[in-house]
Amino acid sequence: MFDTALTTNDLIFLAKGAGMTLIVTAISVFFGTILGIIFGVIRYQIGPWWAAPLTFVLDIFRSIPLLIQLVLANAFVTTVLGFRVSGFAVACGVLSLYTAAYCAEIVRGGIEAVPQTLRRAARSLGMTWGQDMTSIVLPLATRVALPSWIGLALGVMKDSALVYIVQVVELLKSTQILITRLQEPLFLLMICGLFYFLISFPIARFGSYLEKRWSND
Amino acid sequence: MIEIENVRKSFGPLEVLKGINLTVAKGEVLTVIGGSGSGKSTLLTCINGLEPIDSGRILVDGIEVHARTTDLNKLRQKIGIVFQQWNAFPHLTVLENVMLAQVKVLKRSKAEAEAEAVRQLNHVGLGDKLKVYPSKLSGGQQQRMAIARALAMSPDYMLLDEVTSALDPQLVGEVLDTLRMLASEGMTMICVTHEMKFAREVSDRVAFFHKGVMAEIAPPEELFGAPKDPELQKFLAATH
Ligand SMILES: Nc1ncnc2c1ncn2[C@@H]1O[C@H](COP(=O)(O)OP(=O)(O)OP(=O)(O)O)[C@@H](O)[C@H]1O
Ligand SMILES: [Mg+2]
Repeated sequence: MFDTALTTNDLIFLAKGAGMTLIVTAISVFFGTILGIIFGVIRYQIGPWWAAPLTFVLDIFRSIPLLIQLVLANAFVTTVLGFRVSGFAVACGVLSLYTAAYCAEIVRGGIEAVPQTLRRAARSLGMTWGQDMTSIVLPLATRVALPSWIGLALGVMKDSALVYIVQVVELLKSTQILITRLQEPLFLLMICGLFYFLISFPIARFGSYLEKRWSND
Repeated sequence: MIEIENVRKSFGPLEVLKGINLTVAKGEVLTVIGGSGSGKSTLLTCINGLEPIDSGRILVDGIEVHARTTDLNKLRQKIGIVFQQWNAFPHLTVLENVMLAQVKVLKRSKAEAEAEAVRQLNHVGLGDKLKVYPSKLSGGQQQRMAIARALAMSPDYMLLDEVTSALDPQLVGEVLDTLRMLASEGMTMICVTHEMKFAREVSDRVAFFHKGVMAEIAPPEELFGAPKDPELQKFLAATH
């Protein structure tokens, strides 16, 4: 159908790029979410006043463009601290913190959405703070936070394209390399978009599946 | 026995409890009436230690609620409390609502907890709603579920905070019937209520709160028949 110079090897090259995007995203979303939950709970628990320093640091991660964070973090870790770390590690580290900064807000919002009266009811039954958190707050806050969290995960996946700046060859970078060589930008970008779609679609579907399952109560 | 000795409590500059003294004996049914903001709910939340107090002390079976060394989670197992509204855990079925704390707090097995939950739910007339989510229940049914949930912990005391005030009039009756049943079974209860007829009927004593002070306490015939406190007289005149 298309008259293209794209070979099977090139496709595999693209798939590898997609794999890299997927891995960087998965690692960052995983650790970012864990950190985000910890930061979010701390922020909620100690109140806005005491949490101000933490909020400030998280705000920095949220407000400085990711590209700049990557370049600065890379320079800082390799040049200033003198560690020999791969661009992949820097990419995962920065993206995790970036995810955590957003996730902390989502988590805090989720916790705040759980009515105080329900938590009092749980504590009145003799449940400990931890039992209240795991049996009442976690499930209810998850329901509230899920759509935003899915949005965050998809956003991080797209933002992960920027990690090319620290020499990580992910999907978009692989595509660019091929474009330079084959000079077929539109066709290659279409394939690239298809790969992004294939990664995102299951995540989005999974999100709506959970939402549907939870909507019975 | 619940002993409340000279309890004071403020929210910021607002003093909500101004030196409350009150003793509730085992098996007694005390109802608390009074205007909005008079400190009734606050008193209940102080009794089970959800709110700290500024001075005085509260003893439940001789254990000082607000003492540093008191294990509140343990103490709360003795004290069932049902709030005005928003009591049901919306992500759990009726049965799970009643089982949760039994399993987590009392460490009962799932089977034991379920058997007890079914028993209590039958008791309050919700035996046919076990697998239903609370959003499918009426307000009255939700309140009865909350009562069953508290009872399943085998408490020695029940504190009930205006459990009918958020309900449509036709649902009030069913909840009050549940409370009457509890009272007749000898449960020690403190009921905050706006239902004067109910208070008159089930109480051993009725306490009238006004602006953080317990202005009068007496058996119902006396308190309703010959109120002494002028504020109580006004209050009763306004509610009739
Ligand atoms: N957590 C809180 N923070 C600040 N003020 C509070 C808090 N809880 C209650 N108050 C205030 O304390 C006063 C007493 O409240 P409380 O809920 O005990 O009254 P109540 O007698 O139960 O009234 P109602 O009949 O309206 O339920 C009110 O003025 C209320 O606004
Ligand atoms: Mg109240």
